[in-house]
Amino acid sequence: MAPFVRSGQFVDVSDVWEANGLKTSLKSALASMTIDGKQWGVPYTYYQRGMYYNKTVFAEHGVSVPKTWDEFLAACATFKAAGIDCTTTGTKALWPGGGWFDYMNLRTNGYEFHMELTGGDVEWTDDRVRKTFENWAQLVEPGYVTRNHAAIDWQDALPLLVQGKAATYLMGNFAVAPLKDAGMTDDTLGFFQFPEITPGIPMAEDAPTDTIHIPVGAKNPEDAKKFLAFLATAQVQTDINEILGQLPVNNASTSPDDPFLDAGFEMLSNAYALAQFFDRDAPAAMAKAGMEGFQEFMVKPDNIDRILKRLEKVRKRAYK
Amino acid sequence: MPGGNRTGVWRRNQRRLAPWLFLAPGLAMFLIYVIYPILDSLWLSFFEWDGLGEKLWLGWENYVELFDDEAFYTSLKNNVIWLLLYLLAVPAGLFIAIFLNQTVTGIRIYKSLFFFPFVISQVVVGLMFSWFYAPNFGLLYTLIEAVTGTGVAILANERFVTYGIIAAGLWPQIAYCMILYLTGLNNVSPDQIEAGRLDGARGWRMLWHVILPQLRPATFIAVVVTVTGALRSFDLVSIMTDGGPFGSSRVLSFYMYEQALSEYGYRMGYGAAIAVILFAIMMLFITGFIWKMVKDERAGV
Repeated sequence: MAPFVRSGQFVDVSDVWEANGLKTSLKSALASMTIDGKQWGVPYTYYQRGMYYNKTVFAEHGVSVPKTWDEFLAACATFKAAGIDCTTTGTKALWPGGGWFDYMNLRTNGYEFHMELTGGDVEWTDDRVRKTFENWAQLVEPGYVTRNHAAIDWQDALPLLVQGKAATYLMGNFAVAPLKDAGMTDDTLGFFQFPEITPGIPMAEDAPTDTIHIPVGAKNPEDAKKFLAFLATAQVQTDINEILGQLPVNNASTSPDDPFLDAGFEMLSNAYALAQFFDRDAPAAMAKAGMEGFQEFMVKPDNIDRILKRLEKVRKRAYK
Repeated sequence: MPGGNRTGVWRRNQRRLAPWLFLAPGLAMFLIYVIYPILDSLWLSFFEWDGLGEKLWLGWENYVELFDDEAFYTSLKNNVIWLLLYLLAVPAGLFIAIFLNQTVTGIRIYKSLFFFPFVISQVVVGLMFSWFYAPNFGLLYTLIEAVTGTGVAILANERFVTYGIIAAGLWPQIAYCMILYLTGLNNVSPDQIEAGRLDGARGWRMLWHVILPQLRPATFIAVVVTVTGALRSFDLVSIMTDGGPFGSSRVLSFYMYEQALSEYGYRMGYGAAIAVILFAIMMLFITGFIWKMVKDERAGV
């Protein structure tokens, strides 16, 4: 949203938010829809990201759902010993690595820091960023992540979870449909919130939100604003998301009846704050270089100094 | 006679004007679709522009940044590797052509089989080779795994990835060179071969001194299409790796696309600067070829 707002392509719709009480009904998305104290669009759907896991594999190895990073690493060691990838991913399209960084950084340093970093206000060579990568290395270095993830797409990693060759998968809720198509059921597929890393840091989540905006120069902005108000109502959001199979943003809506959406709704309603995903929170040039760096880190964790220096160089240029 | 004057002008200049009239449609196309975009890209490379907002004059800044850009040197290096290895298609095509240039029953079927890879789309070639290299189920991966114990995912390995893509590119390119040589071989004069044979030339000497000189036009075209093919390699990189892992299989044309037009791009000026550099490299080769062609023609070869 930010590039369009900054280049003056979107109409300020703060009055729609004010007049319809959206600041309470769409509260969870208020922060991400606000730039310079104004609102620039209306969100109508979002979905959760988190750990999808193979319940059968967990049960076979006597692993229970990890709540903390240490528990997660312990589970990983168990799976590794059994020849199972603790967590799988496919980073060919880069963004799945972005999701990993988001959670590592949100859990290590918290939401505010993550926003400062993606907003270009913190150096990539900062010690707090290094801390994030140090934690991440605990997962990468022992080989807990699927090898060769750089060569495969996110869909290519799904069979590994289905066949029990991998135990977990950090993904968006859209992965549930193909996983169920491949034979997983509510009994074999589970979902858990990304574990806590630094104790005491409020849990923020990644929840990419889809939004509707009015372009500058629209012929009929008055009716467009009426449409935005309509789209923000509880009933409309219930109906849309019933069809999309995603979560309504309006907190008076009812979400579709589905155990994964229920879990997501529960998690996001209690979230401290919502990040939009690395490639939406950071500007395009930073996002691209960043996710490329994350992929490199997930293959060659020793290159971290070079990667961070490169990202710092991009940061200096990307936020003018 | 009314209007006689006009016809007079036409009559008098007909011979001078007619060639230009015939050339006009082609020239117009060339100006609009080739010359103008080249100049416009050159002009654009001095600006910062996201395709939406205002253009911002930067002067040489895009080029300064480019020459300090790790990704640019990776792309340049890969382009050089492409260029050198892609040229293998020329001798390989020649030998397959010579091998197929015989009269055996069903030779047409063999020729079409060898020509087959050139007929299928680059996208299909890319996908086939991606699966060939794919970790866990790819043929090559499982072969390597069977022999050495651990599989190597070519496309996830920053050292092998470019070679893996070039191998995929060579497959159709060899077929292309082969077909160029097959047509060339049809025109090799049997008298000269006969004469060579009487003089005792056989095998390699026959090939080198009698056949190859007669294939020069075919060789020229084969080298030109292979060099330009290597420099504009884009589709295979895009299909097979998207420039990855972490940007190590980028080539200049792909980097240009990434910067200017991809999801994370919209840096039109920077993309244009890359395009200008790529254009300069291509010009170097094309001028070289044209210079050689003109020289050969003057020498009467």
